[in-house]
This record gives sequence, C-alpha cells and structure tokens, in this order.
Amino acid sequence: MTKTLNLTLKVWRQKGQNSKGSFETYNAKGISSDMSFLEMIDVINEQLTIDGIEPIAFDHDCREGICGMCGTVVNGRPHGPEKGTTLCQLHMRHFSDGDTIVVEPWRSRAFKVIKDLVVDRSALDKIIQAGGYISVNTGGAPDANAILVSQETAEKAMDAAACIGCGACVAACPNASAMLFTSAKISQLALLPQGKPEAAKRAMEMVRTMDGLGFGNCTNERECEAECPKEISIVNIARMNREFFKAAFLS
Amino acid sequence: MNWLITTFASSIGKKLMMAVTGLSFCAFLTAHLIGNLTLYAGRDAFNSYAEHLHSLGPLITVAETGLLFFGIIHVLTGLFLFFQNIAARPARYEVNKNAGGRTIGSATMPYTGLILIAFITFHLINFHFIDKTGTTIFQIVRDAFAKPSYIAIYVMAVVTAAFHVSHGLWSAFQTLGINHPKYMPLIRKAGIAFSILIGIGFGFIPVFISLTT
Repeated sequence: MTKTLNLTLKVWRQKGQNSKGSFETYNAKGISSDMSFLEMIDVINEQLTIDGIEPIAFDHDCREGICGMCGTVVNGRPHGPEKGTTLCQLHMRHFSDGDTIVVEPWRSRAFKVIKDLVVDRSALDKIIQAGGYISVNTGGAPDANAILVSQETAEKAMDAAACIGCGACVAACPNASAMLFTSAKISQLALLPQGKPEAAKRAMEMVRTMDGLGFGNCTNERECEAECPKEISIVNIARMNREFFKAAFLS
Repeated sequence: MNWLITTFASSIGKKLMMAVTGLSFCAFLTAHLIGNLTLYAGRDAFNSYAEHLHSLGPLITVAETGLLFFGIIHVLTGLFLFFQNIAARPARYEVNKNAGGRTIGSATMPYTGLILIAFITFHLINFHFIDKTGTTIFQIVRDAFAKPSYIAIYVMAVVTAAFHVSHGLWSAFQTLGINHPKYMPLIRKAGIAFSILIGIGFGFIPVFISLTT
C-alpha cells in the first residue's frame, strides 16, 4: 500500500570545503512511501529551487546500489537503518509519517566535505593505487581454467570484490578506520593465483598508504561489517592482518 | 632494524602489540586466579601457595619484569591509539547510533583500561609494596578486606576487568588473523565465558574473606 508521508528533515548544509556548515530544517510534504531516499531529496530540491534556495548537494549515480556513489548518515546510520542496502535502495516505506530525519555527510579526517552531503573520497582511490598491479601474461586469450581456482576460493574473492568503495565502513567506524575497505581490496587479489606474486608488496604499500591518509585504527568494534551495503565481513580484516604479518616478517 | 620499527609503528603493528600483550595478561589472570583460589581453602593453603611462589626466586623477577614491560607497551600504545582515533574524526556526528557491532565492552575499552591501571597501582600498593615483616600474606588480605570500602573497590575493579576482557580476548585472536568460520563463534563465546569466570572468580574473594573471618 502506498502511503503519503510528511517528514521533517534536518540536513547538513555547507557551502564549500572551508566554510562552516550547519543543520537546516526542511519540511518534506506529500512524500510517497514508494520513493527512494534519494528521490525524496530530489522532491525537496525541486521545492528549494522554486523557492530560490540552493538545492542540497548529494552524491548519486546509478541509483541501483552498484556504483558506490551515494551515501549519507541517516539518523546516525550510514546508508540508513536497513541492512545490506545503499542509500538509493532505502525506501521511504521504512519511515513513519511525522518522523524527523537527520541527514549528515560521512565524517572522517580523511574525507573532507566538499559541499553539503558530498565528501571527497579520493583517499580510498589512493589506497587502491598503492596496491599496484597484478601479473597477467599478454598475448592470445588464455585457455579457460588454465589456472585452477576452487569454487570456494573464487567465492571468497568475489565476496571481497563486492566492495563498491562507498566509504560507509569509514563512516560507521567509531574510529573512522578504513580497514574493512583496505582489507577487501587486499583480499580480493591475495586469494587468487593472479594476485600472489605481488601479494607482500601490495599488503605493505596499501597499509602504509592507508595509515598516511589520516584514517583511524581498527579496534574490532564490528560496526563496519554491520553497516556495509555489500555485507563484507571482518574475516577480510583478519586476512589482511595475516597478509601484512607475512609480508613484514617473512618477505 | 628499520623494518621492525616501521612494522610496529603501523596501524596493524600497533594492533599486534595490543593483542600479544593483552593475551599475555589473560594468561597472567588465569594463573593469578588459580593461585588465589587457595584462599577458599583457608589460611594455611594460601600462605603455603605464596611461599611456594616466592621460592621460585629469579623466575618471579623475570615474570614481573616481563609483565611490567608488557604493561607499559599496552598502556602507552592504547593511549596513543585512543588519541589518534579521536583525531581521525574531528567533526563528530549529530546522531550516533550503533548497528549492533559494538558491545559495552568494546565501546568502553579505553576507559575500563584507564580504571584498571589505576586499580593495579592501588592493588600493588596494598599487597606487593607493603611491609611484610611479622605478618603473613593471609593476614594482610584479611586486614584489607575488613574494610568495606576495599571490598567495594575490588569488586568494581574486577567487574571492570571482566568487561575489558570480554572484548579483549576475541579481539586479540581477530587481530592475530585467527578468524575462521569454524572457530570464531567458539572463540567469541570463550571470551565471554572467560570474562564471567574472571569476574566471579576474583569478585567473590573479597566477599568470601570478609564473611569467613
């Protein structure tokens, strides 16, 4: 059943990187429960534009939970209260008429607010870049199954590779640590034969880069895996630790 | 040597130091608890346990020095991580809500840790750096727990330790990379069981002593 909701929104507004932000209150009237959270912001923005107010800036792209662009903290929860979904997959039916919703950007020293709800997540790109390359022979297309990978290992690598780099793990972590992200990126390659030759160098470089970017330290609070829209497990963090110890003490 | 410093200075290296030193404290707590259980057997059993322990001589000195060294590492690294983690989020959230990962133990680690270091200092002043001439260790324990304020402090400190360990034990395994779908649920349960055991085992000693003497 489609319902119509009237909501109060407290949204973080900030003109630019160096300006001081604050919360502004907006009324969202006649919101359909079938709308996604982002569509609700679209509706508010239309009204703001008509009223001559600068619309709320927010990151979004595919709107089907695969690109990793969207994401804000909704009532204290990255990507909102639903499990295993991005913000664009959060539907208004999960809210009740008359609710007050607080919308904030990801908060971390490594993620600077660019405008309103948009943050600069290039720190995550720098961690990926530090990972370097993998070794694949050039030439003709290789035969299928020339390198044997067990189904189980392939699945584990795929689970890690499901990371869309949205930054919710950093936003959710009480210490603003990026260990779940980094561990997913290290794991997806460390698990497969193609990633083995550079595994040690990759683990060292990625961890060193992560440390240098101003992220916090992991204290095993497990908030990251609970908020990850792709439900990536902290098993990957344990694997990253093993990879790092192997690289540091044995390579 | 440069690689060793770089390794331990990294975020994972610091975690490793916390885990190894923390696990050694868990082992110490186990030994300490087993030894203290002789208190339940009465004065002579406890005094003879203390005597046997001290007859180990240099071994005790080595263990004490080791624990002190590990303690300094654990506290300093923990404090450093605490302040670094606060600095990692200069602008705090307006609304804070947990998704179910955090526990009371995990959320209070730095604070329970600080309470524990204050308690350990107090505890050592009470029973270690005390004039032991013309008295027995059992007598010292009995005199201490004759004061209700001491019983309260000790019971509260032991409960604090139980919370600290409830997150610390499994966390150390995770940090060391020992996370396996078969064993992790068991390790987590063992951590809770261990913290309850520590809480009850140590917590009842002051109560027992004050009731029976």
